[in-house]
Amino acid sequence: MDQHLLSIVVFTPLAGFVILLLIPGSQKGLIKLWANLTAFAGFLVSLPLVTRFDRQAGGFQMVERADWIPTLGAKYLIGIDGISLLLVMLTTVIGFLAILSSWNAIEDRVKEYYAMFLIMQTAMIGVFVSLDFFLFYVFWELVLVPMYFIIGVWGGPRKLYAAIKFFLYTLAGSVLMLLGILTLYFRYHTQFGTYTFEIADLMKIDMPLGMQQWVFWAFFLGFAIKVPMFPFHTWLPDAHVEAPTAGSVILASVLLKMGTYGFIRFSLPLVPKASVDIKIVQILAVLSIIGIIYGALVSLMQQDWKKLVAYSSVSHLGFCTLGIFALNPNGIAGSVIQQINHGISTGMLFLIIGVVYERRHTREIAEYGGLAHVMPKYAVVFAIAMLSSAGLPLLNGFVGEFTILQGAFERSWVWAAFAVMGVILGAAYLLWLYQRTMLGQITNARNLHLPDLTPREFAVFVPLIIWAIWIGVYPKPYFEILEKPVQQLVERIRPDYYQGAVKAQAGVRGRPLSSSQADGDRARAITVHAGAAQ
Amino acid sequence: MSQFYTPFDHFALMPAIILALFGCAILLFDFLLPPDPKQCKLLMLLTVVGLVISGIGLWRQQTFLAASGNDVLIAFNGALTIDRFALFFNWVFEIASLIVVIVSYKYLDIEGEHHGEYYSLILFAQCGMFFLAAGTDLVTLFIGLELMALCFYVMVGFLRGEKRSNEAAIKYLLLGAFSSGFLVYGFSILYGLAGSTRLKDVEAAIAALDTWNPVVFLAVATTSVGLLFKISAVPFHMWAPDAYEGAPTTITAYLSVASKAASFAFLLRIFLGPLASARDAWQPLLAAVAIATMTIGNLAAVSQSNIKRLLAYSSISHAGYMLLGLIAGNDTGIQGIMVYILVYAFMNLGAFTVVIAMRRKGIIGEDLDDMAGLMYTSPGYAVLMLVFLLSLAGIPPTAGFLGKYYIFLSLIQTHHYVLAVIATLYVAVALYYYFRIVKTMFVGELAEKTAPATSFGLRLALGITGLLTLAIGIYPEPILRMTQGSILK
Repeated sequence: MDQHLLSIVVFTPLAGFVILLLIPGSQKGLIKLWANLTAFAGFLVSLPLVTRFDRQAGGFQMVERADWIPTLGAKYLIGIDGISLLLVMLTTVIGFLAILSSWNAIEDRVKEYYAMFLIMQTAMIGVFVSLDFFLFYVFWELVLVPMYFIIGVWGGPRKLYAAIKFFLYTLAGSVLMLLGILTLYFRYHTQFGTYTFEIADLMKIDMPLGMQQWVFWAFFLGFAIKVPMFPFHTWLPDAHVEAPTAGSVILASVLLKMGTYGFIRFSLPLVPKASVDIKIVQILAVLSIIGIIYGALVSLMQQDWKKLVAYSSVSHLGFCTLGIFALNPNGIAGSVIQQINHGISTGMLFLIIGVVYERRHTREIAEYGGLAHVMPKYAVVFAIAMLSSAGLPLLNGFVGEFTILQGAFERSWVWAAFAVMGVILGAAYLLWLYQRTMLGQITNARNLHLPDLTPREFAVFVPLIIWAIWIGVYPKPYFEILEKPVQQLVERIRPDYYQGAVKAQAGVRGRPLSSSQADGDRARAITVHAGAAQ
Repeated sequence: MSQFYTPFDHFALMPAIILALFGCAILLFDFLLPPDPKQCKLLMLLTVVGLVISGIGLWRQQTFLAASGNDVLIAFNGALTIDRFALFFNWVFEIASLIVVIVSYKYLDIEGEHHGEYYSLILFAQCGMFFLAAGTDLVTLFIGLELMALCFYVMVGFLRGEKRSNEAAIKYLLLGAFSSGFLVYGFSILYGLAGSTRLKDVEAAIAALDTWNPVVFLAVATTSVGLLFKISAVPFHMWAPDAYEGAPTTITAYLSVASKAASFAFLLRIFLGPLASARDAWQPLLAAVAIATMTIGNLAAVSQSNIKRLLAYSSISHAGYMLLGLIAGNDTGIQGIMVYILVYAFMNLGAFTVVIAMRRKGIIGEDLDDMAGLMYTSPGYAVLMLVFLLSLAGIPPTAGFLGKYYIFLSLIQTHHYVLAVIATLYVAVALYYYFRIVKTMFVGELAEKTAPATSFGLRLALGITGLLTLAIGIYPEPILRMTQGSILK
């Protein structure tokens, strides 16, 4: 059992899916119950990952390796480091909550609905644990089909358009990424004489910069479309607006992270020369900054509640990519934390929209106003989610954004300056949204008797709120988990970074010697900051 | 024993002999037995028996090759070569014929055109295909081609009462004859250059000549036209959509899988044999054809509302992908073509089987809208169709991905990056039209209350193709090993 823990985490949802198929479609209650139980079991089996994960050890842990297609050199090779651990936990938590939140929302074709979610759950976890590029690609593509159906069957009025747009965009990117993968695969064969898709092996390839750049751009298309980075973001608002609530939650909280995760896991270590190439870094930074500002500005203009949150994702994910391409420990660690934060806070925001949408079947912001009077609990939950998304100290968003800004500043103060503008705009559109929907007098008579959160709805929010506050108040464990993998990544892409740090230590600027100290300092700095803000 | 005959010749020819004998027997039985619906069942079973026995013949050849340690069995002084390549393709034909035969029974009943000669034509066609895959002589190959093509001309027009079917048959016949003319012209030049019809001799003769020798180029060009017509590559694809649409759906399936596989076997024998040394002349030509084929096939499929036409254009685009393997020309590319053909056989036969099931009393079932809401009436069909379409589009973990994987890899290995990018982008286009069908099935409003046709044969065929499409996708190792050993040397 022990050595297959990770496989169990990956395939529990799939096993649940197989049993779900045996339940007759008319037994709706049973189907819902089973899907929820499976998803909860999926969460429970993922808990030991946290307890058994050794934060001190670098590299990948709980590795499982088996031959799969020896002719191609593809293996069943999975394992986690700190980065994937956090994302796997995010997936199991959000996946369960998304399924829980669908209890009343979906009455049509219940069995197929939950079946899709369970398949997707396996595929998403698979993406985050694969250490073999072939396996990764299979999981990566496997995510698309269930998501297509979730949007296309249970979505809003323009669901079919949104669903196929989502599918085509992502597919076009990922097939080009496949060419990049095959290039690496073939290069490895020319150099070493064997075929392999193993990430650790592919890192040994010695490739000239020009070739690395091509491969980088191939990967870029696959990942940037998924993130989505400006200008590939246009599928996102459509998909979010049309998807059912749980679909939006999964899409925003987990699916988008596959793109940023791809950059961290594959782009940076596999084509290190291209990833630190000044031109590429600048282009990526500019696109991220455009994403941050543009996403925020467009959010300000939205009349549709869900679209607003969708565009806010473009802005927040811009922070994540900016952090990655700051190419320093702060930026990358901050980016991963911000990915988790975005998963928590945006997931909550979509769930919040789902609550009123189930009651009123509209998402026009103008239809609401003064809801705090009739739904006080709801207003509190929304306030927490909104503030966490806006980056208020003591809530999770602050930690991520702050660390990313630190990393960006270390790289260039111009990046940081633009990113700060994004933070301000972010606060603006979120607070304004809150004001328009929750505060003031009730303007619409139909909102007068809206029921407040039911216990089940409330139960969905509780874990997310706790998590948000935990990261906000005490982020140290997260930084500890990320320390080793981020350090290894930075050493890989910028071998002289830490040596430079030693020299700087002797000089005036005083960069901490070991990064564990750095993290301790930062954790302290953040706590101090949070305290000051209070 | 004279120099013209050895016992091995017999052994090498056995599968074809069995097919031909059973074909004749079926004609005879059809004539002798009283006209009765039951006799058709008998004839169908007889066909299956014939196919199985010829399969045993193939199996014996396979074990013989393995036991003798010899990779080839050369018969009739080199006119026929049983190698793993030939056997591989013959297995594909065997599977295709079996599946088509078992789904035909119900379909022909509904169409009201159940005649014994249908089955014998399938057997004769497969006999022709045998020679296309195993022939190593220009004349043998040509006779095999014509035997196959003649059977198809008749089968495409098998729905005698239907205008479309007649039109399709005559179009296919005229264009087919025209292209055969080109092919024979090319062959005659090759013969003129070599003084022999054996592929080996022709290969040596061409290799001795300059690639840009005008006569060689003429031979390459005319031969290519004939071959490209058979695989329905652009600009010689015009016949395909009409023939596919007009033909009985079972025959469309057979045409799109078996005939295409046989034509590719033939094409590989020629291009990697006699024309191998003229690669510089035909490679750019084929590259242009492949791009055009993928472009026209994919773009034209987008706007089709008839499923058979849509699948016809999709099958044109698949031919384009397969051609890319030949353009790359290394072992990966050739293996890619073979893997592609094998998985294509399963997924395309599966998809067509679902279309065949749509044909029920009073409903033609070829329109996209006829599939609307299939998920409500028969979820099994709908889900299987989804698997086949995903596989056709090349989405892992279905079998179709492997075909594309090999083709892309071969392009990367031979530095054809531009071709690779074009080919990958068309995957997205293809997905769009395949998902038009998915959309109709899963989201569309229920149009027809009548459940699709079903029979034991249909279910069996769907079961086999569906299972293999998934199984090969998830665990392709055995298939990859097999194709790796079967590459044409």
